[in-house]
Amino acid sequence: MKQLVKNSLFYSLVLVIVFAAVFPFYYAIITSFRSGSELFSTSLLPTSFNWDNYTGIFVEQPFGTNILNSVIVATSVVVISLAIAVTASYALARIPFKGRGLMLMTILSVSMFPQVAILSGMFELIRSLGVYNSLTGLIIPNTVLMLPFTVWVLTTFMREIPKELEEAAIVDGASSFTIIWRVFLPLMWPALVTTGLLTFIGAWNEFLFALTFTLSNEVRTVPVAIALLSGASEFELPWGRIMAASVTVTVPIVVLVLIFQRKIVAGLTAGAVKG
Amino acid sequence: MALALSSGEQVGAGGNRSQLTTARIRAAWLFLSPMLIALAVVAAWPLARTFWLGFTDANLSDLSQSQFIGFENFYAVYDGEAYGLLVDPEWWNAVGNTLYFTVVSVALETVFGLVIALVLHANFKGRGLVRTAVLIPWAIPTIVSARMWGWMLHDQFGVINAALMTLGIIDTPIAWTANPDTAMWAVIIVDVWKTTPFMALLILAGLQMLPNDIYEAAKVDGVGPVRVFFRVTLPLLRPAIVVAVVFRALDALRIFDLIYVLTSNSTDTMSMSVYTKQQLIDFQEMGYGSAAATLLFMIVAFMTVITLIAGKLRFDGEGER
Repeated sequence: MKQLVKNSLFYSLVLVIVFAAVFPFYYAIITSFRSGSELFSTSLLPTSFNWDNYTGIFVEQPFGTNILNSVIVATSVVVISLAIAVTASYALARIPFKGRGLMLMTILSVSMFPQVAILSGMFELIRSLGVYNSLTGLIIPNTVLMLPFTVWVLTTFMREIPKELEEAAIVDGASSFTIIWRVFLPLMWPALVTTGLLTFIGAWNEFLFALTFTLSNEVRTVPVAIALLSGASEFELPWGRIMAASVTVTVPIVVLVLIFQRKIVAGLTAGAVKG
Repeated sequence: MALALSSGEQVGAGGNRSQLTTARIRAAWLFLSPMLIALAVVAAWPLARTFWLGFTDANLSDLSQSQFIGFENFYAVYDGEAYGLLVDPEWWNAVGNTLYFTVVSVALETVFGLVIALVLHANFKGRGLVRTAVLIPWAIPTIVSARMWGWMLHDQFGVINAALMTLGIIDTPIAWTANPDTAMWAVIIVDVWKTTPFMALLILAGLQMLPNDIYEAAKVDGVGPVRVFFRVTLPLLRPAIVVAVVFRALDALRIFDLIYVLTSNSTDTMSMSVYTKQQLIDFQEMGYGSAAATLLFMIVAFMTVITLIAGKLRFDGEGER
């Protein structure tokens, strides 16, 4: 009897956790299929199945372009920061040199610093490079934003590769670059995928730079487009469309995270716990 | 934190080896140079420029027309009246809001994260599914979660007001995000919902590293589960929790997007980042806004240094892991 009470209490706790985690997204999905006066219904069950909001954001608003912008920016950020981070993290993880600990600490601190602290200097830089209101003007600051994080996570992964492989290569007279290219990279694919995915999500979600360094809707990324989505009048937010846009961009990310959940959890905890 | 950093590879004695070491150290700096150059040009330089602009009267509309004005953005006295950030009640309001938000949200996230981690650590049917469900809030972009909750907390058509009224908890709808008494709580609720999974995952990783034999010993001795939790689990888990709390707190101190989207520029919830962005971009006060950015940077840097020092001392004392 006591066991039964305990079990039912435990499972109610589990239910509460699952409900709290899933309900807001579920409610966003059912809202996105409501339009017109249907929107004012607070029913918890799907009441209609109407694609108006989805056609609205893609036909009447450049949301397709916004998604493409986000994909371009996030992909470029991943490629550039991984390319820079692979060699840097090899040096940080495998070669003992003076000041390594200090440099790692600096990198960790930089990854935790508030973006707004460099906003005005960055604004000036972006303007003087002539890339204001362009995708290049978003890729540059986002890369710098994600680079320390990428280096940090990759370094923790790099440390776990057995020393013997590297030593054998050194004995064979391989140069450091050959070691990275021939020994580490083939072993690093899972780590690169995880790190790349985390960097992608970070760049995909970035808001402050994307909001500040763009002017026109055609170069905006998804978060900014969703934040600034406006309706017929200033006082009436198009909630149906906002929810449709939110669901559109969240479903792929959620699917990605669910597919790679083990890797992502490993990457996140490697970045924090083992640091 | 510093522990893992000092455990470099041992390089044996011998002249040949040391020559090799020199070559490898040279390679290390070569490998680091792209990152260092990138960070210097696109991070350190803008940061230095921001500091400099904080001492000028720069305006966003024409950056070339700026003049050095010393500390006037921070503090200046004209005709017996004090001006500047240090006497600006709105700035201090933003500082207070940020600290309040950080303390409350991180505390709640730690408690909920601990509960969820303990649940996920237990052995039960459907655990994988629950873990997947818990990851969803983390996967949802901040802007999207701000919008989703903005809709659920809507004063007229929001599902939360409807539910609370049906249950008879409130009689009239609450304007959650507009009412000064509830606006900060709305922000905290959304942040806790979004970031508790991160906290839970970090604590869970810590839980999974705990040695099993201690629990078996406690079982043999007939120690109750509550006592085991407070006397064994919590003390052993402390390092993992401390790291998670530090990460979350530093993240919370720079909060911008959630507040900006949920309650826009309302003074009830304005954080340091929102205040700075408003001065810089909306009011075009590049100099004054840069001064605010500098102060914000100092506050966060100060807290980071304190944490790093505290963390280093303790972790070094623990010895090799």
